[in-house]
This record gives sequence, C-alpha cells and structure tokens, in this order.
Amino acid sequence: MDEAKQEELFWKKIEAEEKIEPKDWMPEDYRKNLIRQISQHAHSEVIGMQPEGNWITRAPSLRAKKVLLAKIQDEAGHGLYLYSACETLGVSRDTLIEQLHQQKAKYSSIFNYPVLSWADIGAVGWLVDGAAIVNQVSLQRTSYGPYSRAMVRICKEESFHQRQGYEIITQMANGTAEQREMAQDALNRLWWPSLMMFGPTDKDSPNSAKAMKWKIKRESNDLLRQRFIDKTVPQAEILGLSIPDPDLELQADGSYKFGEINWQEFYDVVQGNGPCNKQRLDHHIKAHNEGAWVREAAIAYGMSKSKETIAA
Amino acid sequence: MDNAIYNYALRMGDTCLILSHRLAERCSNGPFLEEDIAMTNISLDLLGGADLFLSLAAEVEGEGRSADDLAYRRNERQYYNHLLAERPNKNFAHVMMRQFLHDALLHPLYTGLKLSKNEHLAGIAEKGVKESAYHIRHSSMWIVRLGKGTDDSKEKLQDALDDLWTYTGEMFEYNDEEATLAKDGVIPSFEELKTTWLKTVKEVFNEAGLEVPKDKWMATGGRQGVHSEFLGHMIAEMQYLPRAYPDAKW
Ligand SMILES: [Fe+2]
Ligand SMILES: [Fe+2]
Repeated sequence: MDEAKQEELFWKKIEAEEKIEPKDWMPEDYRKNLIRQISQHAHSEVIGMQPEGNWITRAPSLRAKKVLLAKIQDEAGHGLYLYSACETLGVSRDTLIEQLHQQKAKYSSIFNYPVLSWADIGAVGWLVDGAAIVNQVSLQRTSYGPYSRAMVRICKEESFHQRQGYEIITQMANGTAEQREMAQDALNRLWWPSLMMFGPTDKDSPNSAKAMKWKIKRESNDLLRQRFIDKTVPQAEILGLSIPDPDLELQADGSYKFGEINWQEFYDVVQGNGPCNKQRLDHHIKAHNEGAWVREAAIAYGMSKSKETIAA
Repeated sequence: MDNAIYNYALRMGDTCLILSHRLAERCSNGPFLEEDIAMTNISLDLLGGADLFLSLAAEVEGEGRSADDLAYRRNERQYYNHLLAERPNKNFAHVMMRQFLHDALLHPLYTGLKLSKNEHLAGIAEKGVKESAYHIRHSSMWIVRLGKGTDDSKEKLQDALDDLWTYTGEMFEYNDEEATLAKDGVIPSFEELKTTWLKTVKEVFNEAGLEVPKDKWMATGGRQGVHSEFLGHMIAEMQYLPRAYPDAKW
C-alpha cells in the first residue's frame, strides 16, 4: 500500500473512533506527539513519587503509612504502564529517561511544588489526583490503543487516591485548630498550581488543535479545568475550607467563574524555575546513577546464566 | 496479662516495623522502577505484619493502648527490634543482604508459627507465611544475581555480608520465657530456626560465591532495648507528628 492510501486508512479509523494499534501505520508526527505526551505523563507519575515520599517516614499512624506507601506504589505502577505504552511506539525506556535527565522531556509542573505538611498529603490526593482524574477520564477515549487501555487501568486507582486524600483533609479540617490551619494552608498553596495542571488556556495552547484532530487529546484545557473547579469547589465548602480566590463566583448555570491564573508563574515553573525543579531532577538522576552498578550486575548475570545454559 | 505473649508480639512487631521503615526510606531510590515497586511491596507487607503483632501485644496488655500507641509513643529504650533491622541503607547490596538475612529467618518462623497453639499468632502467621515466601525468593535471587554479576557487585555484596553478619547472632537469643513458649508449642524453637536459617543462608551464599564469615563476635542488645545510635533518629522522625500534636487524630 502506498503512503497516501495508508494515511487515508489512518484517518478513517480516527474518524470511526477505532483505536490505532502499534502495528498500524501512523503519521510520523502523530507518533512523535504521542511519545511526547505519554512520556511526559509517565515521568509525572514517577517524579510524583518524590513529594509524597517526603512524608512516608513521618506518616502519623500505621494505617496512614500503609495507605501512603500503597499509593506511591500505585503511582510507580502507572509509570510502568505508561513507559510500556510508550515503548510500543519504538522508543526504549532508557531513551525516555535520558530525555528526562537532559530536560528534553517534561513532567507535570505540580510536582515542582514542595509538600510541606501532612495536610499537603491530603491535598495532593484530593486536588492533584482529582485534577489528574478529570484529565485521564477524558484520555480513556484517546485514539492510541495502548495509551487508552493504560488510562482505563490507571483511572480506577486514581479515584481511590482522590478519595483517600479527601479523607485525610476531612480528618484535618474537622480536627484540632492546628490541624485545621494546616488544611487551609495546604489548600492555599496547592489550589492555583492544581489549576495550572491543565496547561495554558486554549488560546495559548498551539499544540492542542493538532492533538485534538488526532484524538490524542479529547477535550480542551479550559474545559477540563472548568470541570475540575466545578467538581472541587463544593467539596471544599463541605469541609468549611475557603478557596483562595476572591473572584470565585457561582454562576446561574451552576459553574464557577474564577480569577486570573498567574501564567507567569506557570511558565517559570515549566521552564525549570520552580521551588523544587532542581531537587526533583537531581534526585532522579542520583538514584538512577546509583543504581547503574545494580543494573550492570543484573545484565552480566543474565549473560553468564545464558552461557551456562549453552555450556550445559 | 500474658507477659510472655506480650513480649514476643512486641519483639516481632518492632522488628517488622523497623525493617519496613528502612525499606520505606528507599522509596523512589531503586535501581529501576520494577525494583522500587518490589521494595515498597515488601515494606508494606512488613508494615502489615507489624500492625498485627502490635495489635496483639496491645490487646494482650489490656490497658486500652492501640498498635499506634505502641508504635508512636514508646521511646527507643522501649523498642525491642533486632539490631539488624535498624542498620542503615548504605547501598543496594546492604539493603538486599539485610533483607535476605531477615527473610531467611522470617519465612521458617512464620511456617512454624502457623502451627501455634495460640490462635492469634497462628492467624498472623497464616498471612506472613505467604508473603515471606515471596520475600525470600526475591532477596535470594538478588543475592545470587549480585554475587555472580560483576566483580564490583560481588565485592559490594561480600562487604555487606561482612558488615552485617555480626548482627545475626542476636536473632536467635532467647530467654526462659520464650523457651517455655517453644516447649508448649506456642512459638517455633529458636534452636531449630537457627539450624534452618544457617542451612538456607549457606546454600544461597554458596550459590552466589560468597564467603560465609568466620564465627566472630556477635552484637547484642536489641532484646534489652539497647540499640545503635541510628534507631533514635528513625523513631524521632517516625513519631514526630503524634508527639508534636498529642491531641490530634490523623
Ligand atoms: Fe498516577
Ligand atoms: Fe494517583
């Protein structure tokens, strides 16, 4: 089949909401953009282990420690599914990690904010996993088969995380005066960065249109952000916590008008100038380098093992 | 109160808790993602075991304390974990060796404890035996891999063994109280566990090409609550929130 014919077939599938599978022909640009999006997503899961990991050794009860450990383990698992999905596009995990270390690949800007109190652990589950779900539910319908299937598995666990986070923040909002203060402080610091997770406004998001045409992305940044806000504001009200936005206003149609996002801050953080960018990347590089001799030993053992088999 | 069961459950609970905590410190530090997940998994299993043993201790004590009270409100002189469990995470070989030396004990221990005349202990062991079977498979596989991997990995592993061997003697110390428990079929015999343990570790070290250290001086103290300097720091970190906000619930 010539290329024009294959491209026609590709678009037919996209139109018909059929999934594109690894063995199918796909435009080079489609492949590139998918790799960019999926690897960014994979790196986010993995880098996200760090801010939450910051509290494992200080989790205040045996149950809290179990829940947090299990959550971080889930996130690592999400990273794995997504790296695997990405590998079906012909790029190895090693290459993807190298791109992360060279800052050619990004991860979600939210993980460049510090997680400073136990209430932040609640807020991360409630807001960050909450925002992730809104995005990922939409991505269950993404056009690339392996990515879509990874999203279906991941979404189930994310909603669990969101509920567990909300449970922590509820406990604290209804706890002692100090706990309540920590809960409000966590919301104050993490609210705006959570809204930024959805990316620039539609008018400033040039890649979006293409991604939507390919159905890699299914709904616009602004629409997803609005959905998250409308879902989350009432949850804050139940807790008696106030959203740090004086312009927030319930409108007749049930959705919330909200204030201007500090886009300068967003671009600063995306470009590497956030409170924890260097710390997160340095940690990942350090752990990776420290593990090099272990990986080498495993490979060498695998080789000597197969030699033994041959000899036998 | 049944002192003997209380003390035994506390020792087991503390060892599981402290070993789990050391593994948890490794989260996001693994050599690759699959191994990071495996370590977290083992840490979680051990934490579950700690919770069960400490809950039993609290119940036997009967003074209204919970497993959380025992974990978060005792100081280091009241902790009775094996000294081996608190050894710091020096590198991957140390972590894996520390784990293997424990797994080689915990698996036969749970296997024996499953037959305990005490139904609570037998119940805890039911879960522990399945989990520890996976743990020992995982750590012994790594001991062989690292031992037969590269010169560098072998050297690091032998180093870890030479460092940690000193802390293994204490795992088989027992007092009159425990001798009675063993005689009555409540817990497995320490002597028999030691024989099984030695056989396992020698087999695996042999396969990995490691030299078993000559019998030498063995450290002691964990069972009396006399620990290394490292434990105080671990506990200070672990207990920070409940200690700083004694009235708060989390
Ligand atoms: Fe996730
Ligand atoms: Fe999550």
